[in-house]
Amino acid sequence: MHPAYSVILFTTASGAGYGLLFWLGLGHLTGLIHGAGWMPVITLTVALGLITLGLLSSAFHLGRPERALGAFSQWRSSWLSREGVVAVATYVPAGLWWLLWLFGNGSVTPFLGLLAAIGAAVTVYCTGMIYASLRTIRQWNRPTVPWIYIALAAGTGGLLLALLLPSTFAALAALISLGAAAVLKLAYWKEIDADPGQYTAEMATGLGHLGTVRPLDPPHSTPNFVMREMGYAVARNHALKLRKVALLALFALPLFLIFIGMFAGWLALVPAVLLAAVGVVTERWLFFAEAEHVSQLYYGKARA
Amino acid sequence: MTTLPETTGKKLGLVIDLDKCVGCHACATSCKEWNTGGYSAPLSDHDPYGADPSGAWLNRIHSYEVESGPISKTVHFPRSCLHCEEPACVTVCPTGASYKREADGIVLVNPDTCIGCKLCSWACPYGAREYDHDDGVMKKCTLCVDRIYNETIPEEDRVPACVRACPTGARAFGDLGDPDSEVSQEVEARGGFNLLDEFGYKPVNKYLPPRFAKVDTPAPQIVEKEPVAPQNGSAVEKLFAWVDRALSS
Ligand code: SF4
Ligand code: SF4
Ligand code: SF4
Repeated sequence: MHPAYSVILFTTASGAGYGLLFWLGLGHLTGLIHGAGWMPVITLTVALGLITLGLLSSAFHLGRPERALGAFSQWRSSWLSREGVVAVATYVPAGLWWLLWLFGNGSVTPFLGLLAAIGAAVTVYCTGMIYASLRTIRQWNRPTVPWIYIALAAGTGGLLLALLLPSTFAALAALISLGAAAVLKLAYWKEIDADPGQYTAEMATGLGHLGTVRPLDPPHSTPNFVMREMGYAVARNHALKLRKVALLALFALPLFLIFIGMFAGWLALVPAVLLAAVGVVTERWLFFAEAEHVSQLYYGKARA
Repeated sequence: MTTLPETTGKKLGLVIDLDKCVGCHACATSCKEWNTGGYSAPLSDHDPYGADPSGAWLNRIHSYEVESGPISKTVHFPRSCLHCEEPACVTVCPTGASYKREADGIVLVNPDTCIGCKLCSWACPYGAREYDHDDGVMKKCTLCVDRIYNETIPEEDRVPACVRACPTGARAFGDLGDPDSEVSQEVEARGGFNLLDEFGYKPVNKYLPPRFAKVDTPAPQIVEKEPVAPQNGSAVEKLFAWVDRALSS
């Protein structure tokens, strides 16, 4: 699948924003994070800023952004619509919470924090399900996919929390969720490597009973939308190198730096956040580039 | 509404005879011609006569080689939306722009509400939807909904443009939900099949299989003979014939 930069930016930025919102809400609910001082409200602003940046970037991915309101209507069947509905609903408690912190009145904010945390988790789950529900792409159509989205959002958001509001809670939140994401992602890569695809060009053309099928003349002389969007492929050795980059930059180095940070102070979190940003963009790019679409069986792929 | 209708009154669709199709692309060209002025906004067409043409087409004609033992066969293979009975291209749509009609089962995109998110094209295993970069909306086969019910055109034209254009009669249009319809009868008689049946979207369009030459038919014997110069000509011709033989032996 073609890795569109707007979608990569959307899922990584809003993912980190929702992760940060989630931990902030949970921390505030349990009394570990208080609204006193400027840093908490700045952290909440960063979370909402990242979410908004992501949502705006996803709107740029649309051919008709001015009609985007219509996308809230089909939540009964469409995960994309559900994501939109929950994302907007989450702004209500999160926005109120932000206003209350900004103007220094804190009695209901833990409850708003809880609502925002639930909204954040459900939104990211919906994002994951948009991909996981597509049976046309076997690398996406897996039960692990929404959990990877959730773990990575929690991990990158946890790192931001550890940088902006350093505490043992923040460090543990980042450690646990990044660790979980690493385990899930390694299992995911193993899974997709072991799955050769269950559909063949013979099934796609229905000509299997007559023999093996290979393309002779293409239907068009230059690539069309279906080939450009669904036929994007990354070379295997290139992908393996990028997986290593993602493993190092997203998991190994940040996890190590969180440990260092627990003793040496929050400065160690600055490179951790920067590395994780590179790592998560690489991971998301690969999530698209390694995905193979069944329609490519008509364009010369033997299996998908 | 992007939830699917439980049943549709009719199941209108195409039957494509792979034994007759000669891969002439007339159906695709005629489709583009009709639909660029039809139901939705015009179909984009970039650099059509240049080195890098691109644009939205609703019908694409592949040619495959099917290899079986010593014999291989060219199969021309038109591919367009199959108006599936249970397609996720409809249910994933966030706006309701992608829908399946309850009356006749045609799957359409509403060009006035589509936001161009492209998710429906991701959900189609047949690669049948093409995004239009000019209009910012998704395009797909409409089964020529603006022809088949159109009382302002002559009755013989009230079939999809591709069916009307096909010079070999490889394309037929009708109600595949009615077992007595001509198309259903033909599918029954010829062993018509679904594309990627295993995927489970239940396509309405059907394909009729190409026939193969029998593998055990002996290849005709061709006896190669050296051409011989005519023998009974004039003395000069005989002389040349003698020189020719002398030189070539
Ligand atoms: S062929 Fe593709 S676009 Fe057409 S109904 Fe089936 S899934 Fe949808
Ligand atoms: S591109 Fe248009 S028709 Fe397709 S899913 Fe998006 S809004 Fe619906
Ligand atoms: S017009 Fe008929 S013969 Fe020509 S490509 Fe289309 S289906 Fe085949």
